[in-house]
Amino acid sequence: MIMSYFPGCTLKTKGKELDTYGRKAAEALGFTLEELPDWQCCGAVYPMAKDEIATKLSSVRALVAARDLGQDLVTLCSACHHVIKRVNGDMKNDPNMQLKANNYMGLDVPYTGETNVLHYLEVLRDRIGFDVLKEKVVKPLTGRKIAAYYGCMLLRPSKEMQMDNPENPTIMEDFIRAIGAEPVIYAMRNECCGGYVTLENKDFAAKKASAIMDNAKNQGADCVITACPLCMYNLKENGGSDLPVYYFTQLLAEALGVD
Amino acid sequence: MNKELAKQIQEIAGVNPRKCMKCGKCTATCPAFDVMEYHPHQFVDMVEKGKVEELMNSKGIWTCLSCMACIERCPRSVEPARVIEAVRVAVARQQGMDHLKPEQIPALLDEELPQQAITSAFRKYRK
Repeated sequence: MIMSYFPGCTLKTKGKELDTYGRKAAEALGFTLEELPDWQCCGAVYPMAKDEIATKLSSVRALVAARDLGQDLVTLCSACHHVIKRVNGDMKNDPNMQLKANNYMGLDVPYTGETNVLHYLEVLRDRIGFDVLKEKVVKPLTGRKIAAYYGCMLLRPSKEMQMDNPENPTIMEDFIRAIGAEPVIYAMRNECCGGYVTLENKDFAAKKASAIMDNAKNQGADCVITACPLCMYNLKENGGSDLPVYYFTQLLAEALGVD
Repeated sequence: MNKELAKQIQEIAGVNPRKCMKCGKCTATCPAFDVMEYHPHQFVDMVEKGKVEELMNSKGIWTCLSCMACIERCPRSVEPARVIEAVRVAVARQQGMDHLKPEQIPALLDEELPQQAITSAFRKYRK
C-alpha cells in the first residue's frame, strides 16, 4: 500500500522524530509513505476568511498531486492535516474557491476535492486496523500510563475534520491500547495549549500548557503524546512539568521494535 | 458606528451574527477569554451593531488562539472565531498594519522553536 505523504515544514527540521519514526513504523506495518515531489508549506494556519484564495493554493497543489498519482494523501503533523483537509473541503463545497483556484491553476483536469485526506492515526485505525497493529507489536509498552493530548487541530471543527467525536475522542486512546499501554483520561486532553501565541505572549502560552501538563500528571500519567510539533514545543518547553512529551510515532516505533 | 465596514467584516467571516442567541457558550469555552478586553460573545454583538472600529483597535483580537472551540460549541453556527479572524484580516490588510513584521522575528527565536510557530504566526498576523 503506497500513500502520498505531505511532511510539512517542521517535520524536516525540529520535528524530525515525528517523521522518521512514522515512516519506519509504516514500513513495519506494510504501507509506504511516498513523499510528494515539490510540496510547498501549507502555511500552518487554515485561512478562515471566506475571501482568502491564494493562501490556500499550496494545499490545493498537494491535493492535486496526490489525485494525479491516484493515492490518498497522508500527513503526520496535526496542523498540515488540519489545513489540507479543510482546504479540500472548500474545493469540494465552496463554488467560489473551486472556480477561482481552478481558473488560476489552469489544470488539465479541474480539481473538485476528490483526494482522500488522512491523518496517520486514521490510517492506523481505518486502513491497518488497531487489532492488526496490536498483533504486530513486538515490544508492548506494558504498564506505561500514557496521556493522549489531542489539542485543537485534529478534532475541530468536527463537521469538517470528521476524525472523531470532538468532545469525547477515542482514537488516540485506542492507539495507546493497541501498543500495549494504558491510556490516561484527563479533562484537558482536547483543550488548547496556547501554542499559537508563544512567539508574542510566552507567559500566556505557558499558563495554558502548564494546566494541561498538571492535569495529565494529576491523573496519573507517566508521559504525554501528541501529533503536533507546536504542541510538543509548548508542552515541553513552556509546560513547566517533569512529565516527558513524545510524538505518538516514537512510541509506535518502540512497540514495533523499529526505534 | 460603521455599517459599511461591519457588512464587509460579515462577508469576510461568512457567518451571520444576527443568528446569535447570546447564550455565552463561546465565552465560557474560550481559553483566552480572560485576556481579551472583549469576549467572544461581545465580539459577535459588536459586529452585529456595527461597532467594528473598537474591535479593530483592541489588542484581544491577536490573543484569540484559533483553537476552534467556540466554532465547535456554538449552537447557532455563528462561529465567533470566524468573526474575530475577519476583524484581524481587516486590520492586517491595511497598508503597513501587519501585526508581525519579518524583522521582529530573529529576536523571538529560541533553539527549540519549531518552524510551525513562525509560519503560523506569520500566516495569522500579517497580510
